[in-house]
Amino acid sequence: MKVGLFIPCYVDQFYPNAAIATLELLEKLGVDVEYPAGQTCCGQPMANSGFSHLTGGCDELFTDHFKEFDYVVAPSGSCVLHIKEHLHSEKEPGEALSLRKKVYELVEFLTDVLHVKDLQAKFPHKVGVHQSCHGLRGLKLSQMSELVEPGFSKPGYLLNMVEGLELIDLTRTDECCGFGGTFCVAEEAVSSKMGKDRVADHLQHGAEYITGADLSCLMHMEGILKRQKSDVKVIHIAEILNSSL
Amino acid sequence: MTSREKILAAVSANKPDLLPLPEINVPVSSDDVVQRFVTVAAGIGTKVYMADSLEKVKEIIHASLNTSLRVIASLPAFSDFAETDITGLDPHSLEDTEVAILEAEMGVAENSALWVPEDNMMQRVLPFICQHLVMIVRKDEIVDNMHLAYEKMAAYKSGYGAFIAGPSKTADIEQSLVLGAHGPRSLTIFLM
Amino acid sequence: MKADIVEKDHAALSDIFNRDEPRVNWHDETLWFVRQKRDKAAHGTSDWEILRETASSIKNNVLSDLDNYLRQFEAKAIENGIEVHWAIDGAEHNRIVHSILKEHGVNRMVKSKSMLTEECHLNEYLSENGVEVIDSDLGERIVQLAKEPPSHIVLPCIHKKKEEIGDLFHEYLGTAAGEADPQVLTEAARQHLRDTFLTRKVALTGVNFAVAETGEFVVCTNEGNADMGAHLADVHIASMGIEKLIPERKHLGVFLRLLTRSATGQPITTYSSHFKKPRPGQKMHIILVDNGRTVQLGRESFRNSLKCIRCGACMNTCPVYRRSGGHSYHNAIAGPIGSILAPNLDMKKYADLPFASTLCGSCSNVCPVKIDIHDQLYKWRQVLVKEGHVSPVKTAGMKAMTWTFSMPGLFAFAGKAGRIFMKYMPFVVNNKLNPWYKEREMPAPPKEAFREWYARERKKIKK
Repeated sequence: MKVGLFIPCYVDQFYPNAAIATLELLEKLGVDVEYPAGQTCCGQPMANSGFSHLTGGCDELFTDHFKEFDYVVAPSGSCVLHIKEHLHSEKEPGEALSLRKKVYELVEFLTDVLHVKDLQAKFPHKVGVHQSCHGLRGLKLSQMSELVEPGFSKPGYLLNMVEGLELIDLTRTDECCGFGGTFCVAEEAVSSKMGKDRVADHLQHGAEYITGADLSCLMHMEGILKRQKSDVKVIHIAEILNSSL
Repeated sequence: MTSREKILAAVSANKPDLLPLPEINVPVSSDDVVQRFVTVAAGIGTKVYMADSLEKVKEIIHASLNTSLRVIASLPAFSDFAETDITGLDPHSLEDTEVAILEAEMGVAENSALWVPEDNMMQRVLPFICQHLVMIVRKDEIVDNMHLAYEKMAAYKSGYGAFIAGPSKTADIEQSLVLGAHGPRSLTIFLM
Repeated sequence: MKADIVEKDHAALSDIFNRDEPRVNWHDETLWFVRQKRDKAAHGTSDWEILRETASSIKNNVLSDLDNYLRQFEAKAIENGIEVHWAIDGAEHNRIVHSILKEHGVNRMVKSKSMLTEECHLNEYLSENGVEVIDSDLGERIVQLAKEPPSHIVLPCIHKKKEEIGDLFHEYLGTAAGEADPQVLTEAARQHLRDTFLTRKVALTGVNFAVAETGEFVVCTNEGNADMGAHLADVHIASMGIEKLIPERKHLGVFLRLLTRSATGQPITTYSSHFKKPRPGQKMHIILVDNGRTVQLGRESFRNSLKCIRCGACMNTCPVYRRSGGHSYHNAIAGPIGSILAPNLDMKKYADLPFASTLCGSCSNVCPVKIDIHDQLYKWRQVLVKEGHVSPVKTAGMKAMTWTFSMPGLFAFAGKAGRIFMKYMPFVVNNKLNPWYKEREMPAPPKEAFREWYARERKKIKK
């Protein structure tokens, strides 16, 4: 199988290490990965702000660059959800629709397609998992606390394969961090407060690292941690799963 | 066009294509509905007693409530200390009722609610205006859940009825639970 | 943006709300506690998810056959001796209530909780017309004395601390200064309102559910105030939105099992009163109100918002509501459900509400009738932009961002040149302070972007 690597705009620009870790991890697991050079953005920031009618350019670019792959994998739950629900193309409508089914967020690709059973990874630290909302409630990466259904967690499942890693409990297991796209600046007061509360929950339970599948959330919480001059760091799950030594 | 006609026309024009009604799934009843009823009732602040005779019921009522004040009861057996006929009385005149003793038609185990149709209330306001409410219900009239309750009362024709579950309450002040908001301050149930 | 006291939007009002952080924590914790009680009740109900699906399907059926159910309900209600009125909008509803009062020569009324009457601004209208209305629900009475609207559809004064309530009662009910014990304050309200119940000849209640099959309606309270008012009054008026219908009596079993568990975590309210016929000698009226509901019914993307049974669970779970308070939504109904109902009434006035959300989706998961709330919030955003209710500055920024994203070369250059974020969304920079920077450090820009690393490293391997 050939996998196309989709690296969301802000990951590309601000968190290249998470992208590198994603690439290396997939290759370690025997996947043939290619990164099409002309990619930009999935269009989510515009769409969530009410400007979905402007995302045609992004959609065409995405469809064109990724249509030839068997799967498309991205280290971002929210981008993947957006593509799964909204990708369309005037020029190649069929390709766009079939791409919706081929796009996977990294964690779910590992569990549902590669069926990873063990990882040669080591990360001897206390780690808190932030369940980013789109990945959680959109992609169903873990069970949602509101529902009366059996529990499960795909990120938790993978992290439990990492040597030395201790997963901490949280008081509120899946409350939103408050990033929300343009919400983070348009409703700054509430956004910051939500972020502070999320961070406080992790700190209270002794996290050394906060991880998750979405760097947008992590970037927001990192901003708060740095402002608080905290030693706690954020790290994308790809970097943990790819770590050794 | 009257408002009625305008509204109905607008609904007709705007409603979606017909979607069917679903079947109602009735959950499996718990093994001991009476025990479930008692547990739930106690959990919401209701006092529950088992009683095998009205004498026993009277004994407990006298011991726990102030029966020297006005008592109204729907059962003639209580006429030695209660008024048992309030037909024709102005509901406002029931204002000083300390205790009301009434019968429920059935009870629902999942929420400890009692179904009290109008005919059992003597007057509609009575179970609300009294300071303390006492309800008597037969053990074999306890059903497990609300679906079964509605099945059981399918033939009821009263002009008014209420499910009553517990004493009146409010948590409007900082989520602090207070019993006795506007309705009765306590509910005592006798299972017979 | 001009800071107009009357016209502040959700973001501005939330900003004010957040100035008192300890208070926000208190508000947030209190409502989260209610969410937890709901979780406990839901998890203790083994067929919970089946119940939600059933309720959702029943309501889907109701909306698809609403005109027939309305006719059926009306016919049965009239047969039961209830007088049925129809009101196109809030103004007509208010006039009908007033005319009933005038008919009976009465200028005082006791009212139990009805969010519909909040929507119609009934109290204000009646007050302007010389009618005194006393709200008998304790929480409603408190906000009435405080001259504020309720901040939550089920817990009207959740935003008020007991000391503040104590001060109000000291001023209006004569309780001791500094008294803040909920037990004592509730007792004072009990005595004060008992007199109201005993003297008012007209009582108005809301309607939780109306049954088309039998022409009866159900009112759910914990306090017993709806019944105290109705059973002592000569006239009982019931106000209901046309969407409150359910087809058959037996469906009450489904909704009564879901409503209070979703709202407060209780298995059922203390009283679920089934009103079918007036008390002998009493007159009963029911007012069926449209007020924009038929328009919403015609909006394919948003009609499911009419399934709402007003439980408030969405508000309790919403992380934004808990940290901004109901008054920040400047609408009778706040929170997630308010944000998808209100734009239907006035897109300009409520354009801010669908954006007062991170689209986390928690609301849709707790909704007992499975309204796709967070999807509707997303869809309203598209509508509001198309209708021109979003700032032109933001629109320009979005267009520039789109342009950049459609051209890979330009994107790479722009990314390299600076933070896309700040450069192409000028409304961020145009604020006095960079809003991101108020409480957060900026992310540190790395030496090179991933695409640059890949081009360099992987070209090496290819060679």
